[in-house]
Amino acid sequence: MRIDVMKTYKLFINGSFPRSESGRVYEVKDAKGKFLANPCLGSRKDLRESVVAARTAHHGWSSATAFNRGQVLYRVAEIMQGRSDQFVAEIIAQEGATPISAKTQVQSAIDTWVWYAGWCDKIDSISGSTNPVSGPYYNFSIPESLGVVAIFADAKPSLLNLVASLAPIIASGNTAILIANEKNPLCAITLAECISTSDVPAGVVNVLTGKFDQFISWAGAHMDIDGIDATGVSKGELTELKELGAENLKRIYSFSELQSTKRMTNFMEVKTVWHPIGI
Amino acid sequence: MNSTLLTDNSEASLKKFLKTLAPVDAVGASARVEMLATRSIKTSSKNWAIDLAIRMVDLTTLEGADTPGKVKALCAKGVYPDPTDLSIPSVGAICVYNDMVKIAREALDNGGGKNIPVAAVTTAFPSGRASMEVKIQDTKDAIANGASEIDMVIDRGAFLAGNLGLVFDEIKAIKEICGKDVHLKVILETGELVTLDNVRKASYLAMLAGGDFIKTSTGKIAPAATAPVVYVMLEAVRDFYKLTGVRIGVKPAGGIRNTKDAMKQLVLVNEIAGPEWLDPSLFRIGASALLNDLLMQRMKMRDGYYASPNYVTLD
Repeated sequence: MRIDVMKTYKLFINGSFPRSESGRVYEVKDAKGKFLANPCLGSRKDLRESVVAARTAHHGWSSATAFNRGQVLYRVAEIMQGRSDQFVAEIIAQEGATPISAKTQVQSAIDTWVWYAGWCDKIDSISGSTNPVSGPYYNFSIPESLGVVAIFADAKPSLLNLVASLAPIIASGNTAILIANEKNPLCAITLAECISTSDVPAGVVNVLTGKFDQFISWAGAHMDIDGIDATGVSKGELTELKELGAENLKRIYSFSELQSTKRMTNFMEVKTVWHPIGI
Repeated sequence: MNSTLLTDNSEASLKKFLKTLAPVDAVGASARVEMLATRSIKTSSKNWAIDLAIRMVDLTTLEGADTPGKVKALCAKGVYPDPTDLSIPSVGAICVYNDMVKIAREALDNGGGKNIPVAAVTTAFPSGRASMEVKIQDTKDAIANGASEIDMVIDRGAFLAGNLGLVFDEIKAIKEICGKDVHLKVILETGELVTLDNVRKASYLAMLAGGDFIKTSTGKIAPAATAPVVYVMLEAVRDFYKLTGVRIGVKPAGGIRNTKDAMKQLVLVNEIAGPEWLDPSLFRIGASALLNDLLMQRMKMRDGYYASPNYVTLD
């Protein structure tokens, strides 16, 4: 007879796994209403630390070559594959899914991750262009990453939505603060463990758990967050986010398609370069 | 200057006095500073502390790549740290290399900062490896160009070799050049002094020799202003005041990059040296990046949400 070693669910900030600065946790129940886990109740300071980490990591990550980013992301998919069973168990517990549908979800999540990894070195060619201008100039439009993007992850299907939100944002060179879904946060923490054991630099992805309504007011008003993927929030919360985000013109979007280059280009800025012909 | 503690100005009497100093309890020192670092300062106290910290900043640029333009920009920032909010106080001083003193002085005078002093680093900063004539000329030069504060380095090699008389005489000679009107800050470069006992010894040596301020570091060597070092120096100025009735200032420099670090320093000052030292005339913070973080925290206190580095200047 042995006692199981229970997992402590922690945050993921700047490449390490701290507890919340608040010292608080909240209770998550499984699909049948039984106790499942005590993840951290992330505080405003945890968010601030994450933004600082993400901002610091942005220069290195966005200036890495697209090929390099693609390879690093593919590596994450490899690690996720090895962790499949853990994801499946968490999805069954959280969402009350059948083993077969949980397995299908994990597989399509990994496939979606690989799909976005492949886009790293292609998005520039597809959404950038050379433009005709009336003068002796070459004129290029080049998409570049926006900066720091916060994600409010959708509840169901939890892992697939996480991947569909996070992968495109870091594939395009942004750094991310992933706010795990309040009800179904376990997959986000496990995904953070996959990311930390692949080659993603510290600070590129930060994962927080806690109450959505609190994070909405903190992230919406934070002046150093450039964009928000608000797919997981309600209609009323989206309005609140947009009102708060108006101060620094945050880009705030919700998406319905899981695999779409819009999820990348909406968090990119177009830089236009003029270059004289003949020099 | 303050040699009443010494029987005469000989090296023997200096060494005799320094021998009377108790050794530092290094474990106790780190435990105490760790405990003090947990103090939290909020709301109106934080507002007050941020403004005090801004007034204490010696806004510094000490790079080989310093240009007149960069120094002028720094001076403008020193006078009005954020031109969109004139309620923000000016910094304590502008700290530059010797050859930039004139440019800084003119920029301050023309930019509304007549009463902001210019501090110059001299005596072959940062290593201090030059002959005495060069060090003296270096200092005279800076004062002639308008420096009203001199940040000198001690000869750490001589100190570590036990040649304390030489270190003492150097500080004394530089203080004589400075006279009454020019403030002398003595940089101990604690990162090279190895032990806290040495820090205590060097602090007393500098105070006895006539330094107006004792300063931790050049900022060129890590570790710089660690909390235990600042703790030992604050104790030294407090005890020196009890012995002589003279208040010496303290200036930590290097590694103080954000508001939290600055708050921790202020707590140390208040708890160790006493509230009299909570004033720019007795406590300064040598920094460059710190000011931006103080400004961002000030914006956060004013607006209620976290600010972005995009809204403060780059340097």
